[in-house]
Amino acid sequence: MNTHNITHPEAATEFLKNKERVQWHDETLWFVRHKRDKIVNEIPEWEQLRELASQIKDHTLSRLDEYLQEFEAAAISNGVTVHWASDAAEHNRIVHNILAKHGAQKIVKSKSMLTEECHLNEYLETQGIEVVDTDLGERIVQLNKEMPSHIVLPAIHIKKEEVGEIFHQHLGTEKGASDPLYLALAAREHLRQKFLAADIAITGVNFAVAETGAIVVCTNEGNADLGAHLAKVHIACMGIEKLIPRTEHLSVFLRLLARNATGQNITAYSSHFRKPAEGSEMHIVIVDNGRTTQLGREAFRNSLKCIRCGACLNTCPVYRRSGGHSYHNATAGPIGAILAPNLDMRKNADLPFASTLCGSCTDVCPVKIDIHNQLYQWRQVLTQEGYVPAAKTASMKVMAGVLSSPARYSFAGKWARKFLRWFPGLAMNKKLNPWARQRELPEPPKESFREWYKKNSREL
Amino acid sequence: MRVALFIPCYVDQFYPKVAIATLKLLQHLGLPVEYPMQQTCCGQPMANGGFEHLTGSCNSNFIKAFTGYDYIVSPSGSCVLHVKDHLHDHKQEDAATAVRSRVYELCEFLTDVVKVDSIKASFPRKVALHQGCHGQRGLRLASSSEVVASPFSKPVQLLKMVAGLELVDLDRPDECCGFGGTFCVTEEAVSSAMGLSRIDDYTKHAATVVTGTDVSCLMHQEGLIKRKKLPLEVMHISEVLVSGL
Repeated sequence: MNTHNITHPEAATEFLKNKERVQWHDETLWFVRHKRDKIVNEIPEWEQLRELASQIKDHTLSRLDEYLQEFEAAAISNGVTVHWASDAAEHNRIVHNILAKHGAQKIVKSKSMLTEECHLNEYLETQGIEVVDTDLGERIVQLNKEMPSHIVLPAIHIKKEEVGEIFHQHLGTEKGASDPLYLALAAREHLRQKFLAADIAITGVNFAVAETGAIVVCTNEGNADLGAHLAKVHIACMGIEKLIPRTEHLSVFLRLLARNATGQNITAYSSHFRKPAEGSEMHIVIVDNGRTTQLGREAFRNSLKCIRCGACLNTCPVYRRSGGHSYHNATAGPIGAILAPNLDMRKNADLPFASTLCGSCTDVCPVKIDIHNQLYQWRQVLTQEGYVPAAKTASMKVMAGVLSSPARYSFAGKWARKFLRWFPGLAMNKKLNPWARQRELPEPPKESFREWYKKNSREL
Repeated sequence: MRVALFIPCYVDQFYPKVAIATLKLLQHLGLPVEYPMQQTCCGQPMANGGFEHLTGSCNSNFIKAFTGYDYIVSPSGSCVLHVKDHLHDHKQEDAATAVRSRVYELCEFLTDVVKVDSIKASFPRKVALHQGCHGQRGLRLASSSEVVASPFSKPVQLLKMVAGLELVDLDRPDECCGFGGTFCVTEEAVSSAMGLSRIDDYTKHAATVVTGTDVSCLMHQEGLIKRKKLPLEVMHISEVLVSGL
């Protein structure tokens, strides 16, 4: 479950112990990235679409208060009940109150990263209410008592043989069975019962349209529709950043989302919910939970443009080799690493450093979030606010002092090279020097370039 | 035209051969190159570690060393990107701006400024190219596989001029090697795993030499290669481009 006492490097080191699994995890996600590359290259105007999406989101964020009010008014006139939650706790209480009002015990929920962020399931469990996640991947991790390890592929860290074992324990499938079709049919049978019996359906929201008050939910399994249409009450939970001004803007975002996420032209279902059916109720819970703080941080504001496609996870060479759980946050990967410190700097101070700043996340982002620059900026903020170890600060100060003075620099460089030549054993001590665990050090040359240049420049 | 050679601190101390190759290459092309002795470090190690606020004296020293030159050329995409993105000095911002606008990574200087169309070098080997991420995605020395655009690569453009050189295709032509500055020690396990993936890609395609635009990426990969005693030679692109001259 939540492993917030373990830092990213520690969790990653543990994950990397199983080389075969890491290779499989890396190749599986790279396959998704590759599939994405193929399909986006079929759209000649792909880069224009990204730019357009980025501008629409920038614009929306610049007038978020107005669009939120427009959305609320439209939703209310559609007969929807709108709730506002300032944080995760309030969100959970609001959802619980709706459930309690209806005496609901059987709840189905389609995928929602927001409810993961708010730990809604755990909260409702403490209130004696069981929530069944109906997205197949989410159901797998739920049965396995884990958090999703990926935004759109929640069970990507679990192999089909392990799914077979989980289903054998919980759904009574044959022991040792790992045929994906057999397992999927068993899950379908199991989930159908839950859908038919559900009192209330909870869904996430991919897009909320300000002008109409409608919400759009994208799934491949149709589980949001099944839930929302079968239950008498539909609760949709959304962060304030899900807004887009007009319906026509969906024509930009729906073209980007599935292509960039999984290499599909579009998700199997893009379901529009506008008003409750007769005799039913529809609620929308609009959640802040730190988003207005992020909106106020200029350097990090545009992280709120994220449409949760997960492409930055698939492309991230660090994520692929450390696994989603190493990020100890509901949203993993590069986007998680720039969102998490906003929620809790102390707990997530390690995450912006879990990157080489290679920039692949920024180039793959469908709404042009400058993810790697924000990772760099978070490092500065975390350092300034005192969330890095004192020893690191001390060594950086020494380093800055040495490297800014030509005399001190030349002196230190000369002695560093001598030290490496004289005490190779000490320099290569694997405990003292993490570099040396799997790598040799460069062979120290007798003279530096500047020493060589002084001797030779006249002849050049 | 005055051209200054900007040699990253760790290249100066540990890879003087790369600095010498860069100098020879530029001189071979008839360019008047000087090495300003005042230079030390661009400040990137501190800045990427979250300590940009400690780089003030590195910045002013850098500006002092390189002011007055028409071009500042370096065999490192990463250090050049750092200077371009983060070199500031509130006491002399105009001078900082001038330096930022005049700094070039070696390959882009050769293709875009000098407009080299032939190099006499000869290097009859099977070569894998590791395009350092900061050069590739930061300086746009090459198109990146995430972006929908006509592919191009300035380092490849130069390597194709070398007689006998055979460039191998890689499964993942622009995956990061995992060096990442302090990342290589703070996230040692991930860093090494990333580097080993790159190396597998080179050996799978029967390369005998790995080259690249950044010595830092190459130093990390060379460390892994030497530990595994693999028959792969690691050379900076400047060393390849002066071969046989």
